[in-house]
Amino acid sequence: MSILIRRIATVLALSLPLAAVAQGNLEINTPAITSLKGAMQSRHGQLAPYYASGAVGIARDGSIVLRDANAIPLAQRQTATGLVAAENNDRAALYREIARANGHPEWEAEVRSTFGQRWADKAQPGWFVQNAAGQWSQK
Amino acid sequence: MRIHRMILLAAALGLSACVTINIYFPAAAAEKAADKIIDEVWQLKDGAKPPAGAQPKETK
Repeated sequence: MSILIRRIATVLALSLPLAAVAQGNLEINTPAITSLKGAMQSRHGQLAPYYASGAVGIARDGSIVLRDANAIPLAQRQTATGLVAAENNDRAALYREIARANGHPEWEAEVRSTFGQRWADKAQPGWFVQNAAGQWSQK
Repeated sequence: MRIHRMILLAAALGLSACVTINIYFPAAAAEKAADKIIDEVWQLKDGAKPPAGAQPKETK
């Protein structure tokens, strides 16, 4: 019996590094992800004032929302709407690409919800974020 | 001896189940990836103070 236990222990020990590898990092260095990141980074400069004024908020689902159009001067509203739409397109593509780059397209929704949580956590003081119940609050 | 084999087989099956579990969504790795991307998109890395919940330092 002790031989058996030793064998099982050996098999278990051998399988541990496998588990460690599987728990490592997600692949995020693909050309598609890099270019989406770049587009989002350069758009951020234009979106930041809208986050600060509360016109645009960080939604729980990993997107952003034009939550108070009145906070934006009329002349800029169309631009802001376009920025929000473009950002949400890129974010959706980003979540899809991360899932795909890691060989699991079905992970897209979970990638999205992970991001939803982290965008909200990292939002700057004064920005509006949405909680799990859908309510908005100012950080 | 036959019983031993069966137990070994059961252990092997159990292990393959573990491997299957690893195919499920790796939440911690995803969070790390999200943090890295968000830091870049929002340019939080330099001069940004880490939030209260002390983030593990990323090695480059």
